[in-house]
Amino acid sequence: MATETHGAEALSACVDSHGSAVGMPQLCGDWIGNQVFWLIITLVVIFLILSKIALPRIASVLAERQGTITNDIAAAEELKRKSEEAEAAYQQALTDARTEAQAIAQKTRDDIKADLDAAMAKADADISAKAAESEAAIAEIRNSAMENVEIVAKDTAAAIVAALGGKADDAKIAAAVSNRMKG
Amino acid sequence: MATETHGADAAAEGTGLVFHPMDQFIVKPLFGHGEVGMLTITNVTLWLALSILVIFVLMVLGTSRRAIVPSRSQSIAELAYGFIHKMVEDVTGKDGLKYFPYIMTLFMFIVTANFLGLLPKSFTTTSHFAVTVVLALAVFLTVTILGFVKNGVSFLSMFWVSSAPLALRPILAIIELVSYFVRPVSHSIRLAGNVMAGHAVIKVFAGFAAIAAVSPVSILAITAMYGLEILVAFIQAYVFTILTCVYLKDALHPHH
Repeated sequence: MATETHGAEALSACVDSHGSAVGMPQLCGDWIGNQVFWLIITLVVIFLILSKIALPRIASVLAERQGTITNDIAAAEELKRKSEEAEAAYQQALTDARTEAQAIAQKTRDDIKADLDAAMAKADADISAKAAESEAAIAEIRNSAMENVEIVAKDTAAAIVAALGGKADDAKIAAAVSNRMKG
Repeated sequence: MATETHGADAAAEGTGLVFHPMDQFIVKPLFGHGEVGMLTITNVTLWLALSILVIFVLMVLGTSRRAIVPSRSQSIAELAYGFIHKMVEDVTGKDGLKYFPYIMTLFMFIVTANFLGLLPKSFTTTSHFAVTVVLALAVFLTVTILGFVKNGVSFLSMFWVSSAPLALRPILAIIELVSYFVRPVSHSIRLAGNVMAGHAVIKVFAGFAAIAAVSPVSILAITAMYGLEILVAFIQAYVFTILTCVYLKDALHPHH
């Protein structure tokens, strides 16, 4: 940059007339004082920046973050515990409700069964009463029919005997008819 | 860089290719020309100031909202904080956390300077030994002084390996002592060497791009090297920091 305009005039024993380095610039003694001086100033400034401002600030930020994370984890644990409690309570309520529902259903079933049994028994009794009554009526009808048949048979027999020119008393005819009907 | 315009001169000298891979490391005054004195405002000053700016924007402005749920820049700042804080705690122990701001300063400076150095046309401050030696010496002196202040003379027991046979101990003590004093050398050269080498290699590949036939390969190579340099920029900052933590641990707990 600046050196090239200089031509032959060398600024230092370490730079040739073209402004190129002679040997290693690292080993040039002319510049050491300058470098060391500015380096020490730089290091002191960096040290002050870091130790007075940056490092305490970062340390506090990291500590604060650690605190926040710890608190958040504790809060999350607490919430998890609460949700587990709520779930347990919900499960308990569900179990209770199911038990109660089963009890109610069982009771209703028993009631219905009892009603049904009673109704069935009553119906059975009614039916058997009706059947007995009907049987009695049928027996009576049959008996009366038999009697009528006997009367008709006696009359018919008397009429037939008379028609054949016979003479018979009623008692004989009746005894003969009865005898025949039994046989 | 400015030196590329010298290609014409070099071509006149008979070579088609110009390599000035080290020119990017030249320190020069930002305003005007002349000697680089101690207080001269140079490109070093500029890029050091930019690294301060980046750190300020990231670590101060980025976290200014102090959000519980962080924004992107705040998470980067928090990541860097957590990364180094954990490193110090794991390597050095709880009592090392006192020195966390110093180690954080080192890490933030190196990682920022490394990444700023990856910008095209930038000046990489951490590629200079003058810079890394100051960092490494600061660590070395602090750790040594701290070791003696905390432990007194018993800090020297670090060099006396009590678990070894008695006959071996003096030899081990010499080896330990040498390795202790080599620490700042390896500590500083590792960082500057890695950063400088990568940047120089990229520059050499860029020089080859002048030949039309080779330029696609050259550009691919630059891309690959750049990817590697991104890795190196972070890893070298990490290595420098974790070694600092290890040395600090030795100072605080010298009895293995």
